[in-house]
Amino acid sequence: MEMYRSHVMICKGTGCNSAGSERIAQNFEAELKKHGLENEVVVERTGCFGLCALGPIVIIYPEASFYSQVKPEDVEEIVKEHLLKGRVVKRLLYAETVAEDKIKSINEVDFYKKQVRVALRNCGVINPENIDEYIAFDGYKAIEKVLTTMTPAEVIDVVKRSGLRGRGGGGFPTGLKWEFASKSVNDKKYVLCNADEGDPGAFMDRSVLEGDPHAIIEAMTIAAYAIGADQGYVYCRAEYPIAVKRLTIAINQAREYGLLGDNILGTGFKFDMEVRLGAGAFVCGEETALIASIEGERGMPRPRPPFPAVKGLFGKPTILNNVETYANIPQIFLNGPEWFASMGTEKSKGTKVFALGGKINNTGLVEIPMGTTMREVIFEIGGGIPNGKKYKAAQTGGPSGGCIPAEHLDVEIDYDNLIALGSMMGSGGLIVMDEDNCMVDIARYFLDFTVDESCGKCTPCREGTKRMLEILDKITEGKGEKGDIEMLETLAHTIKNASLCGLGQTAPNPVLSTLTYFRDEYEAHIKDKKCPAGVCQGLAKYFVIEEKCKGCGICAKQCPVSCISGKPKTPYVIDSAKCVKCGVCLEKCPFKAIVKQ
Amino acid sequence: MKSIKELEEIRKRTLDTINIRKERTGTRVVVGMATCGIAAGARPVLLTVMDEVKKNNLSDVAVTQTGCIGMCRLEPIVEVYRPNEEKVTYVKVTPSKALRIVNEHIMQGKVVDEYTIGSED
Ligand SMILES: Cc1cc2nc3c(=O)[nH]c(=O)nc-3n(C[C@H](O)[C@H](O)[C@H](O)COP(=O)(O)O)c2cc1C
Repeated sequence: MEMYRSHVMICKGTGCNSAGSERIAQNFEAELKKHGLENEVVVERTGCFGLCALGPIVIIYPEASFYSQVKPEDVEEIVKEHLLKGRVVKRLLYAETVAEDKIKSINEVDFYKKQVRVALRNCGVINPENIDEYIAFDGYKAIEKVLTTMTPAEVIDVVKRSGLRGRGGGGFPTGLKWEFASKSVNDKKYVLCNADEGDPGAFMDRSVLEGDPHAIIEAMTIAAYAIGADQGYVYCRAEYPIAVKRLTIAINQAREYGLLGDNILGTGFKFDMEVRLGAGAFVCGEETALIASIEGERGMPRPRPPFPAVKGLFGKPTILNNVETYANIPQIFLNGPEWFASMGTEKSKGTKVFALGGKINNTGLVEIPMGTTMREVIFEIGGGIPNGKKYKAAQTGGPSGGCIPAEHLDVEIDYDNLIALGSMMGSGGLIVMDEDNCMVDIARYFLDFTVDESCGKCTPCREGTKRMLEILDKITEGKGEKGDIEMLETLAHTIKNASLCGLGQTAPNPVLSTLTYFRDEYEAHIKDKKCPAGVCQGLAKYFVIEEKCKGCGICAKQCPVSCISGKPKTPYVIDSAKCVKCGVCLEKCPFKAIVKQ
Repeated sequence: MKSIKELEEIRKRTLDTINIRKERTGTRVVVGMATCGIAAGARPVLLTVMDEVKKNNLSDVAVTQTGCIGMCRLEPIVEVYRPNEEKVTYVKVTPSKALRIVNEHIMQGKVVDEYTIGSED
């Protein structure tokens, strides 16, 4: 490898890539050549830096200059000024890094200051398609240590002592899971990785696979050694083409180096793995459905027990862990379980990655120690709510979770605290809602998702969620009646208690949680026929303000159902009974004389 | 297949080339590369420093550039920051002076007094 004085790191995660970062990379290569710098400066394509809202992102080392929203045509200037003459192009830097007297390093800005990167530590720092770069930052050192100095029982003990719990949603202690599988006696065992990531708005697992695929390979090999498996599969949704491509490259490189195969590092240990593609069904993220899908069956869950640790893939003992769970494993072996357990709260150790989305300034990926408050994540790291709007709630746990209202913003994030609030950690999607969001509509949105994604095998989930959605539709259309809320609650409890798998058992959570914290919004829809946030079209009413109306008649001409009448130069009137609430009149009125209520 | 020893070699070799992406603690060599510096011959100086650093495998040394340092008549200017030591500024540097700076100051910690800005006035 050549020595370069400067490294240009270009984010090629899915977000920046779709914003054109490949063109930027190519322009850099061309400009560097033009200025004869190609032997001094290297261009690397990396995984996600996290601040997706400001992509495409380019970081230049050794200064660690953080360029945001870079356009292909900016590249020439960066090369000429920064790389040739050493003058950082201030105008293109991430504004937060430019202080009056100096340029702050990225670790000093609010978005990164409170983050602790364990699972994401290599994302954006290495070229994920080059195994040597992973190796350089202590990659494959943990597997070396495990294979040459530890027994399987010691490996399991380390994971147990770290306190690591599953990051895929359930929060089950990882060491215990491995121990169960290690105790199942069988000639064949499997190690699986769940990269299905079906929670809408979540993209932590995708970013780890795109930015640091070797960490997953190393961790699965450690797991295989611990339980005595020789074959692994990563189940990844086919909608993640970049992740699949990088993981496949990484697996091939690991095989070439003998880090997968028959005699790993000359120790005689044997393990290999493959990628299996899912077609993007939410239920296929559930462990027994995922196993069925890998077996070539239709992806449907089955009752447990037997648990996969006893009878899993092809009837053999199997462990399944989430991508982010695995991403922590090599670090635990390198730095010790005590180091990991020193982060977080009493029962939730380490860090958690969240995908920030919705009404928040810094849309993107953040990794924070467990125990950080919701307020810190949303207002300090996330930069707060755009356009000066008021925070209303944040949804965690996606369609299986619930919302956290303003009065609980100071809750310390961990598995148990979120459950106590009627939500859950989930896989790490965090969707922020402001005063313009209607909570009934939000609950309806998530239920619509679960109705779509229910596999149909069990009746409570298949029929029950559908009935709940019908009631929510009715309420948001302004046809809600007395007794609807109670019926929602009865259905919710039945579905939770009687469903076969986690999909049904958690599907009512968004409704129950919004009913707990925003019952008044449901009541306003049903009793007053009003949507307080003005979202539900069915409940909207359009009025002409007489004093402002000049009688121009534009609204009447534009109305597609001719429900506006009046004479020129006198105030017009909207017939609410005929109005379809399309909003065209409000949009077209030149005098702002039409309002929606 | 790679042995554990080969893996360690790859680790060390690659780290040398990419550890400028991590928070640094080692020595930093800064070459003034504004128009004035380039006109005075800063690029050959920069390339010499890089070559010499590479040749001697000085993995904790970062070579960077900066814009105009403000003393254009003294260009090319090279600044050396060693951990816990005062910054040393060299002026009117040539490739052969750069060689001595790397070999004596950076590698052995002996400041090359006669090239520093102090001996100029
Ligand atoms: C409907 C449903 C969807 C799920 N989707 C995912 C998913 O996308 N990714 C994931 O890691 N776990 C998902 N899970 C949880 C898995 O069943 C399983 O608990 C998890 O992968 C175990 O890994 P962990 O212990 O490392 O978290 C889902 C569960 C249910 C019920």
